[in-house]
Amino acid sequence: MSTFADHTRSIRRAAVSLFLAAAAYESIARSGVFPPSLLPSLVAVAGALVDGVLDGSLPAHALATLYRVLMGVGLAIAFGLPLGILMGRYRAVESFVLPLASALMPIPSLAWVPVFILWLGLGNATAIGIVLYAALFPLLLNAWSGVRAVDPLWLRAGSAMGADERALFWKVILPGAFPFVIAGLRQAFLRAWIAVVGAEMLAASDWGLGWIIFDAKEFLRADVMLASLAVIGMIGFAFERLIFGSLERVTVLRWGMVRTAKR
Amino acid sequence: MPHIEVHDVSLIYDTPAGRVVGVEHASFDIEQSEFVCLVGPSGCGKSTLLNIIAGFLVPTAGEIRIGGKAITGHGMDRGIVFQDFAQLFPWRTARGNVAFGLEMKGVPAPERERIALEHLRLVKLERFANAYPHHLSGGMQQRVAIARALAYNPSVLLMDEPFAALDALTRDDMQKLLADVWRETRKTVVYVTHNVAEAVYLADRVLVMTPHPGTVRCQVPIRLERPRDPLSAEFIEHQKELLRRLGG
Amino acid sequence: MQSIKAALARASKRWGEALRTAFPFVVVGALWEVAARLQIFPVRLFPSLESIAAAFVRLTISGVLPHHAADTVLRLIVGFALAASIGVATGVAMGRSRLAEDLALPLVSMAAPIPGIAYAPLFLLWFGPGNISAVLLVGFASAFPIILNTWTGVKAVKDVWLRSALALGADGRRLFHEVILPGALPYILTGLRLGFAQAWRILVGVEMLAAVSWGLGWMIFGAREFLNTDVMLEGVAVIGMIGLTLEKLVFKPIEDFTVVRWGMMT
Repeated sequence: MSTFADHTRSIRRAAVSLFLAAAAYESIARSGVFPPSLLPSLVAVAGALVDGVLDGSLPAHALATLYRVLMGVGLAIAFGLPLGILMGRYRAVESFVLPLASALMPIPSLAWVPVFILWLGLGNATAIGIVLYAALFPLLLNAWSGVRAVDPLWLRAGSAMGADERALFWKVILPGAFPFVIAGLRQAFLRAWIAVVGAEMLAASDWGLGWIIFDAKEFLRADVMLASLAVIGMIGFAFERLIFGSLERVTVLRWGMVRTAKR
Repeated sequence: MPHIEVHDVSLIYDTPAGRVVGVEHASFDIEQSEFVCLVGPSGCGKSTLLNIIAGFLVPTAGEIRIGGKAITGHGMDRGIVFQDFAQLFPWRTARGNVAFGLEMKGVPAPERERIALEHLRLVKLERFANAYPHHLSGGMQQRVAIARALAYNPSVLLMDEPFAALDALTRDDMQKLLADVWRETRKTVVYVTHNVAEAVYLADRVLVMTPHPGTVRCQVPIRLERPRDPLSAEFIEHQKELLRRLGG
Repeated sequence: MQSIKAALARASKRWGEALRTAFPFVVVGALWEVAARLQIFPVRLFPSLESIAAAFVRLTISGVLPHHAADTVLRLIVGFALAASIGVATGVAMGRSRLAEDLALPLVSMAAPIPGIAYAPLFLLWFGPGNISAVLLVGFASAFPIILNTWTGVKAVKDVWLRSALALGADGRRLFHEVILPGALPYILTGLRLGFAQAWRILVGVEMLAAVSWGLGWMIFGAREFLNTDVMLEGVAVIGMIGLTLEKLVFKPIEDFTVVRWGMMT
């Protein structure tokens, strides 16, 4: 049983842990064992971060990356959700789409980068395409599972109360599938994020957080690399906590519907 | 000398909402081979008391002795059966579960298997020795749990509402089975329940507990011949008496 | 007579299922082939299935494809083994000791949301191009899902199992081996699965970043220079097949033999 004292102790330990890790890193960085271009001190990294923000480059790159992620995920939602729902409702659609999806899903999205570069050229189109590929399958499969997981009891109750096909769909099946859809969205975002960073590194398009990291390697600017990594981490964290956390709170948690792991 | 001695045991919980008394000034003795039931409504501290005897909780005050020695934590002189039938280890067969305590004691394999099978026979499940728990019904799982708790020969058997999650028919069967097992093995049993009829059926003596604060209010001996008939007049009299003690 | 009819019915059912599964591929394959032959897109960019298959055969016979594939799989195994051992050990420590959890969790949570591939240039900078960078990166990045899932699994070991085991005389190491590990297994296996998928994804990406001279990712990326789309596409197909095979041959049987058999997971 966790008490308040336990909780504060955890926070204190977290602070100590982070402090110790930072101190250890800093001492190694300053010891001169490795050149500062490879292992910059945290001060230098912070400096690179501040510089990047002040001269507008980091925000611009971050925006480019975000744009690609949002476009790609948006497209994935637009295609994947309806398709997944159709799969859940109609056996014929499921029989057709599922084998294809199962065959394509295990292929890492980055494997397609060279192909996409040839087909779509360098730049936004390729990056968005890779994000779309990465985000599509979790959304598709989770929407499908979600529709199938709608408790038949709810459907029976709805019919008994006079709901017709359309009403059942909009008022019972869709809300019922929501926990799965949210889980799918979360996974889609995670994969989209991985895909965009990789695509930006490989499709060398001059813009994007992934591109900065890759470019910085050429100039041995590890401080820039670490600063960009920090930015990526912060954005990812913000998305996870703020957006998904609150989305969950407002819907499925409030409805008491969060799925628990088996047992 | 009584087998189990409970001297003035109290347990006070520290919660965010303040100090809560789990159980207060509980004192009683239990003789060898006696079947004692702790009966009371929710919050009277009966499960708390059982867990203290088991050694999972440390009392804030008081002492418990088994066979004259004060207990320090859990030990293999006590076997315990919980209410949740998921208490069996899903990764072991029925036989594997029952043999667990013997493994811990270092009993060699052929001996272990023999004893495990014997105890499964005791609870009438020898045919299911190689089944995994998820293939067994709730009642069967509880039987395996009982066999598991007895296999390594503890002198005390502690049971925390073991049949509360079963349907009424299964529960009746299980109570009969338990009575038979007890008659054969003659363990000292401490049995927690909120079901008055169950207590009258099983116990030699019933300790009535009441909440706010949790204490042992009084003790009611059950002097009925076994096997007991739940529909007989004397049985119902005892039930009424217990209900009176619980209510007033 | 009855059993023959039943057997025929079963066989035709299975055939029916196989046809139904193959149908979408046939349709897509046919569409692709038509588009390729009609040369809607330049032939170099949109090869026919025939030329893709021919590339596959050609590269296999010459030994080039097996070489690339073997190198990739070897890196994967070493990197994943690294991630699995460190990941499970860390997750277990975090699950059993509040101190370990308090110290490790902030660091793990901070590093986890960063895509593994983002560390690739850094690793390349620190360790230079080659196998070491690739393996270390794979090990590092795929450890996170393993750590988090193992940690969750150890904490989720049911209290009633722990108490039963303690009452039955288990303690310390025996409690760990006999109860905590099997109890946490469903989560650990999930973590290993996720970690494996992660490892595969990162490895392909790292190989493309020109870290190695032999490897499937590199093969695909290199083929771009010469517009060998047929080589690229068959490389992609091979990657997909290997991933699927490893999943079927390794994870599924382990799961079936343990947590599925014990009814802890379906």
